Amino acid sequence: MTELKSSIDFAKIDKILSDCSYEKTNLITILQKVQEIYKFLPEDAITYIGDKIEGLSPATVFGVATFYAQFSLEPKGKYEIKVCDGTACHVRGSLPVLEAIKAKLPMENGKMTTKDGLFSVETVSCLGACGLAPVVVINEKVYPQMTPEAIEVIIDTLIREEAN
Amino acid sequence: MTENNKKTLFINDIEVEFDKEKSILEVAKKAGIEIPTFCYRPDLTQFGACRMCVVEIEKRGIQASCTMPPEAGLRVYTNTKKVRKIRKTILELLLAHHDRECTTCSKSGSCELQKYSFEYGITNIPFEKIKEEDFIPIDSSSYSIQRDMNKCILCGACVRACREFQGLSVLDFYNRGYRAKVQTMANKNMFDVDCVNCGQCASVCPTGALTVKSNIDMVYDLLLDREVKVAIQFAPSVRVALGEMFGLKAGENSIKKMYAAARKLGFDLVFDTNFSADLTIMEEANEFVQRVVKNENLPIFTSCCPAWVRYMELKHPDMLNHLSTAKSPQEMLSSTIKEFAPKFYEGVTKENLKVVSVMPCSAKKYEAKREELKGQTDVVLTTVEFAKMIQTEGIDFNNLKEEEANSPFGGYSGGATIFGASGGVAEAAVRTAYNMITGKNLENLDIQPLRGVDSSSRSKEAVVDIQGKKIKIRVVSTLIEAEKAIKEIKEGKADFQMLEVMACPGGCVNGAGQPISCKDARIKEDRMEGLYKEDKNLAVRNSHENPEIQKLYKEFLETPGSKLAHHLLHTTYSDKRKGSYLDLK
Repeated sequence: MTELKSSIDFAKIDKILSDCSYEKTNLITILQKVQEIYKFLPEDAITYIGDKIEGLSPATVFGVATFYAQFSLEPKGKYEIKVCDGTACHVRGSLPVLEAIKAKLPMENGKMTTKDGLFSVETVSCLGACGLAPVVVINEKVYPQMTPEAIEVIIDTLIREEAN
Repeated sequence: MTENNKKTLFINDIEVEFDKEKSILEVAKKAGIEIPTFCYRPDLTQFGACRMCVVEIEKRGIQASCTMPPEAGLRVYTNTKKVRKIRKTILELLLAHHDRECTTCSKSGSCELQKYSFEYGITNIPFEKIKEEDFIPIDSSSYSIQRDMNKCILCGACVRACREFQGLSVLDFYNRGYRAKVQTMANKNMFDVDCVNCGQCASVCPTGALTVKSNIDMVYDLLLDREVKVAIQFAPSVRVALGEMFGLKAGENSIKKMYAAARKLGFDLVFDTNFSADLTIMEEANEFVQRVVKNENLPIFTSCCPAWVRYMELKHPDMLNHLSTAKSPQEMLSSTIKEFAPKFYEGVTKENLKVVSVMPCSAKKYEAKREELKGQTDVVLTTVEFAKMIQTEGIDFNNLKEEEANSPFGGYSGGATIFGASGGVAEAAVRTAYNMITGKNLENLDIQPLRGVDSSSRSKEAVVDIQGKKIKIRVVSTLIEAEKAIKEIKEGKADFQMLEVMACPGGCVNGAGQPISCKDARIKEDRMEGLYKEDKNLAVRNSHENPEIQKLYKEFLETPGSKLAHHLLHTTYSDKRKGSYLDLK
């Protein structure tokens, strides 16, 4: 991630830190805001935050960032696909939907983002929309009652939109 | 306390009184029952991570005794069938995920996991062994600390030590659940992060995951080399701790046996770091007096602790002017003897003299490698490493005949010996600074408010009246306390003129190179008492009255702070934040 060093705008992070009054109790919010900018948490941003906030250290912030599934240490795709795998979605067939996505969007071993950076896929626990199970959310848009066939169509549509 | 507010509970049906104990584990200890534990450390917050200390309590079931507060009337059982079964399973589960190559582990013999596994008769692990491809590479990048995460049991003692003692949190938990690990920022090497090498993480580690690096082999190489003369020096606090490795009580002073052991091991010259502690005081007290006269760069910061010096260089490079430029006693002795020993000892030349130091400290290993101090101290051993050499060579330590150090460069005052405890450096410096200003000695040499190494004594102050001028001294141990003092200075609230800092809680007596003491907070206090006892009993208690020191100045150095003294005994500091991983933008 060192090659991204220059791409970090520390003024932006400073703004977030001062908005959150440099309080360590606001760390989650700070990390969420940083992730909003970069779509992931760059290593240098973590180091910077850990160094700037009293009572924290880079290692501690790194620990928090790796503890919560909502934070990513690698860049997420332009389209963030979240497949709900809560109990209701699970029993209504969320895994076949996930398998269909993975077959459609081949990713390198262990990676969650496609090579072109267009899509990233993750499973999440309950999204609170069990009545619509199984649910997939792509960039905050909710797709209810998914099937492997339906998700393929949606992805194809997105790819086509990108190509234009 | 009156009879009616006495509180008691029962441990294995024996009635035990309790008062300020915070947990069942501590009450049991008082009753003479040592409950097994990995993560309980009296000087750290209780964590309840390892669950090894479980006990069965009537009507409460199974509880972790380290986090369960005592209550009157509780009936606690420490050794039921259920408790034993749970502890065995805990050990089996820990061992399943542990690199069990005990014979080649540097913690072998003092490892708590090894000890309990033996005591609980673990002979078979019913779980799959850790796979070869899952091995994590060992991090030996640091000069002071080795990190082998294949031995980690996630007790969190190191994480707490780094956070609660030093405020650094160089190590922290990473990830969660099965994938949780203790690691540095993004798993960088210890050398590349802002670790100050204090080694407290290693001294609280129950296994071989974090250990102080060993340099014993380098010493054997020197001793076998016929071309070189090898000198040894012993730091103040080593003398009251080394004996513990041979069954002596903590605080018992065995320095004269250590001199004898060193000669038996083949060292040509036996010196004492205490001599150069006196020299440090001469230079530092003089520097302090000069700064007070000129009213500049105050408060002065002591510079004996290399972990503290590195902390300043990393965290407050804008305040390096406060640090005394005097080298630490280890480095002062090395440069003094390399310069002057050839004049006193036959066959010794500047080129063929090598210096080995025995330190209570892991950071001293780093100090000897500092660019500014290169080529002075050749090898640094810890107290434990030197004891190991004595054991390896089969020397019957307890029955050794006491010997004296070589003179010159071996004699010392009481002011030097108390360097090993938090507050000792400041006390010795004040004794000599007072004399430098007034020409007289302090009426009462004991500066009681600066003494004490327990957890309530990590920040102490004393005011000394020197010719009507009130000099206030702040003494801190642990860097988290040092940081508070620095904050006061930055905010303009500091009213003290001298700041003594030792990074380890309680000072060098509790350093990471000392025998294990993390389970008993008393040990460092016993060691401290041993040092003040020696100070009390020595004929010469002021550094400036050490005849060898007086001779050194008379014959060579002239006065403290002279050109030659500056060249030999002082050093420089630099901004080490620059170029570090913290140096972004």
